[in-house]
Amino acid sequence: LTPIDFSPEMMAEIKHVIGLFPEGKQKSALIRILHIVQTHFGWTSVPAMNKVAEILSIQPIEVYEVATFYTMFHLNPVGNYVFEVCRTGPCMIVGSDDIIAYIEEKLNIKVGGTTADGMFTLKTAECLGGCGYGPVMQCKYKFHEHLTKEKVDEIIEAYREASISK
Amino acid sequence: MTGRKLLLENVHIPGIETFDVYRKNGGYASVEKALKKMTPDEVVEEVKKSGLRGRGGAGFPTGMKWSFLAKPDGVPRHLVCNADESEPGTFKDRYLMEKLPHLLIEGMITSSYALGANLSFIYIRGEFMYILHILEKAIAEAYANGMLGKNIMGSGFDLDLVVAPGGGAYICGEETALLESLEGKRGNPRMKPPFPAVKGLWGCPTVVNNVESIAAVVPIVNEGGDAYAKIGIERSTGTKLISASGNLVRPGVYEIEMGVSVEEFIYGDDYCRGIANGKQLKACIPGGSSVPILPAHLVTKTAAGENRLMTYESLADGGFASGSMLGSGGFIVFDEDQCIVKNTYTFARFYAHESCGQCSPCREGTGWMEKVLHRLEHGHGTLEDISLLEEINKKIEGNTICPLGDAAAWPVAAAIRHFREEFEWHVTHATEAQTRNYGLIQPRVEEIKTL
Ligand SMILES: Cc1cc2nc3c(=O)[nH]c(=O)nc-3n(C[C@H](O)[C@H](O)[C@H](O)COP(=O)(O)O)c2cc1C
Ligand code: SF4
Ligand code: FES
Repeated sequence: LTPIDFSPEMMAEIKHVIGLFPEGKQKSALIRILHIVQTHFGWTSVPAMNKVAEILSIQPIEVYEVATFYTMFHLNPVGNYVFEVCRTGPCMIVGSDDIIAYIEEKLNIKVGGTTADGMFTLKTAECLGGCGYGPVMQCKYKFHEHLTKEKVDEIIEAYREASISK
Repeated sequence: MTGRKLLLENVHIPGIETFDVYRKNGGYASVEKALKKMTPDEVVEEVKKSGLRGRGGAGFPTGMKWSFLAKPDGVPRHLVCNADESEPGTFKDRYLMEKLPHLLIEGMITSSYALGANLSFIYIRGEFMYILHILEKAIAEAYANGMLGKNIMGSGFDLDLVVAPGGGAYICGEETALLESLEGKRGNPRMKPPFPAVKGLWGCPTVVNNVESIAAVVPIVNEGGDAYAKIGIERSTGTKLISASGNLVRPGVYEIEMGVSVEEFIYGDDYCRGIANGKQLKACIPGGSSVPILPAHLVTKTAAGENRLMTYESLADGGFASGSMLGSGGFIVFDEDQCIVKNTYTFARFYAHESCGQCSPCREGTGWMEKVLHRLEHGHGTLEDISLLEEINKKIEGNTICPLGDAAAWPVAAAIRHFREEFEWHVTHATEAQTRNYGLIQPRVEEIKTL
């Protein structure tokens, strides 16, 4: 595993977050730092976690045990866009199963899979806190609500375009 | 008339998320009043008088919780706002924070003053990252306008306010798991005692309150605890945010006066406007996934035939036999087409997924229930599986460190209690259960109420 470097912008962001907590309580910044790491790299790799441990002056295991506990952190590489579709009761009764099946069909992947071009990963999630606006999914911290097949088409199209124009 | 709104009154004013507009519309008056004219104890006294009960689910009186806070000399105290909001069916805190970030900040300042906290936190679920940014923007405005930082409004009171995200874990809504998480650790609930009021964040006395509880402190201080207590019925005072979801014409977040009837809430023009697509009501979970489900005939009426009201007491009327709970106000409505077994299965899966794994009855029991419900739902179950579920339930109940175990057990027990034949149907009609949804073919017409 080759060590990883964080960009100056990332380091500035991380320093800011650490500064929000009192002296000696820098570990409280850990979860937010992992979000920063994942936003920059797309997933949370072991070298990145080691680097975080070094920055916080804590043991790498302290970072691993947190990253493995919280479900938002992807511990393996994922597509550029990860769809996390809620499937808990309130979303299920307004049709989340159909939405999941439709995305599987449309992207030709199963839940947990990534498209061949590495663009999309489909995952399921438990209640995302949008139950009244279901079916709901999240992608890159953005909520997509009141999902229909047409809406799913639009979302996929928009992300495809966004990645081309990048 | 939809009744008085104490929290969401100004929600539709354009720009209300900015400091200036919020302030012009009476915002931060409670800070001004508390810091300039009241002692911290007087603020606590008003909250006690208001009868406010914690809006996070357990309904514990907020004023009483505050008065338990230990105050050893020279030890900092903290107020932590619980914005983890992950109970299936609940999405009110998100709405409040997104639309009225300054209301929460104002509540945090006034409450921190009452508790003598100089460093307070808002712990928000990681999925709400965009709201963390909204809150941070509003906090920066509050600092710039002298509402946070040193010597707020010349009162000598200092307060720093920090927002911290979780990373996707329902259990971090449990207050001691939340504190662990805020310390940068796994969200494993702590053994109590010691309670957070004595040893909380970093071992310091800490109060953990829900977003809505903290926001409610604003009108309580502004109008006085007595005025607040006049709204509502019995020990259910003030207003409550309800997150309405499921098969409704108009789901969403509503602020209700405690005591509105359930019938009015489901069917009334000012609220949810009835069941969607002209369907009929089959069942309702009135307080989030952890509370017992009610079949249609017990939703709008109690077993004794009285009107069921949106209050702590009325929703609990009948106990576990025929009542439920107000809980976090996550009001989930099922139409006649829905399958209760399937819904119960998704909840069991949720709890198995979210169990932190510390106690074996919860870790093993939730996983076991998920498996059994999975096979029942998919037509591979047996009639013994139904009693097995009841047994597993009893083994979990009361045998765990935190209430997640109970929260997982109760909904299954209630679903079986009220919809046993639906569970049995999945066994006796196994082939059909594999291809069709129970609700779609077996509507419980006799119980369904037409309005
Ligand atoms: C498993 C579990 C999850 C919880 N989730 C939340 C939550 O998301 N938000 C919340 O305010 N309280 C939640 N609670 C309740 C908190 O432990 C705590 O009682 C509450 O935050 C206290 O605030 P209140 O008195 O203002 O309601 C949860 C409790 C348990 C056992
Ligand atoms: S009851 Fe479940 S969630 Fe709570 S501490 Fe025990 S294992 Fe963890
Ligand atoms: S159940 Fe899907 S967002 Fe709550």
